[in-house]
Amino acid sequence: MVSILPLTLSQATVSRREKRLLGPIDLTLEAGGITIVLGPNGAGKSTLLRLMHGLEKPSSGKLRYAAPRALAYSQQAFVFQTPVMLRRSVLGNLSYPLTTHKMPRAEAEKQSLTWLKRLGLGSHTSQRASQLSGGERQKLALARALIRQPELLFLDEPCANLDGAATRDIERLIIEAGASGTRIIMATHDLGQARRLADDVLFVHHGLIHEQSEAATFFDNPKTTEARSFLKGDLI
Amino acid sequence: MLEIWEGMKAATWLVLTFDADLVEIAMRSLFVTLSAVAIAALIAFPLGAWLAISRYRFRRLVIATLNALMGLPPVVVGLAVYLLLSRSGPFGVMGLLFTPWAMIIAQVIILTPLIASIAHQSIRDLWAEYHDLLISLNTSRSQRIKTLLWDSRRALLTAALAGFGRGIGEVGAIMIVGGNIDHVTRVMTTAIALETSKGDFALAIGLGFVLIGLSLTVNIAIHMLTGTEVRDRW
Ligand SMILES: Nc1ncnc2c1ncn2[C@@H]1O[C@H](COP(=O)(O)OP(=O)(O)OP(=O)(O)O)[C@@H](O)[C@H]1O
Ligand SMILES: [Mg+2]
Repeated sequence: MVSILPLTLSQATVSRREKRLLGPIDLTLEAGGITIVLGPNGAGKSTLLRLMHGLEKPSSGKLRYAAPRALAYSQQAFVFQTPVMLRRSVLGNLSYPLTTHKMPRAEAEKQSLTWLKRLGLGSHTSQRASQLSGGERQKLALARALIRQPELLFLDEPCANLDGAATRDIERLIIEAGASGTRIIMATHDLGQARRLADDVLFVHHGLIHEQSEAATFFDNPKTTEARSFLKGDLI
Repeated sequence: MLEIWEGMKAATWLVLTFDADLVEIAMRSLFVTLSAVAIAALIAFPLGAWLAISRYRFRRLVIATLNALMGLPPVVVGLAVYLLLSRSGPFGVMGLLFTPWAMIIAQVIILTPLIASIAHQSIRDLWAEYHDLLISLNTSRSQRIKTLLWDSRRALLTAALAGFGRGIGEVGAIMIVGGNIDHVTRVMTTAIALETSKGDFALAIGLGFVLIGLSLTVNIAIHMLTGTEVRDRW
């Protein structure tokens, strides 16, 4: 199995019209672990994740995976800040990535059912996905991203608007995925969650990466003043 | 006034006894328009989906062309098809003029832009919703089209029904290319035109009833379908 990591960004920027939203960014992402992307609203966290996932083309600079693109794209998944539900049943949503990657329907549905039971959504199987509660949708979106066991997984605030119990469920899934070898990059606002999950931290501010450090270093001894005030809870 | 009253009585009789001529004409109308809708939908649905997901320059041109074609008067379409199919025309050898096939061809040309345009609008909205997800899931182009078509099937049905409504009441084009030949190309609308001009109102009004009945049925069907769509929104 060829690995798509390390992923490298070199002098990569994202601009819309004349406006630069992100970059220039130089970054290498090695295999293994959970990277948490922190930063205030509008800092460029989502844009950075989308850029690394290939959803956003760099306006200048380069994005490179260790494997050929076609392979790289098939080995990663993304959970969006607002989960996108297909206009199908819960089961149909979950089995979709499997059937589009050539798995026979019966087999895909069997695997999906196993997942749904694990998520506690077993009783919602044939319900429309759009009728799920916010928390259930987030769970379903995460499961849909995990079901093909991607090598690289991007999570854009997967626990926004969730209560403690739902957050705990999702964090458990994330930790399990990480333990089974999926490389996770996750944006969050929740500092508590960042402390619980992070192996290392990327601190983004005004479209630039201000700091990239091990979790312990970042939380105990941040290098930049912006990161220090962000951690103190100051409005920056 | 008395004439109309007599006509209505006769018409009721024709309808209630399943008059052979009336049934034949109604069936031919259905055959022509349903075939045309089916063929037009086969072209229009994938075209609408393709237009929704592609970013080519000439996509705008195709959309503008579709909108322009939608405004084509059916008689003009009839005339063009007539010229193409007439003996001296490029497809003259096929001998299609004054057959139901010519009528189907004319209606396909009239209905395809309409159905494609309605389909395109709803597929485009769905694509805006699905765009990031389908790209993220690394789907192929044909999988995207299939997914969009399947997930907007209600809207597509509505588009097809709108096409049916337009086709079943259309008279200009099929009159020209069909010729309104008894037992061959006579359909409800052309028969009504003919009987009215002859002053024989019984069959005209009977056909009018059936035509209205069919249109109403279709309209109620559209209403119920869109109604369900509103009630249990996705
Ligand atoms: N399509 C777009 N067109 C123009 N500007 C955009 C677009 N998408 C994002 N932006 C801008 O880019 C900047 C970064 O946005 P981004 O969504 O990456 O921030 P974020 O860090 O994820 O914020 P949040 O915490 O609110 O999710 C913002 O200023 C935003 O307004
Ligand atoms: Mg964001």
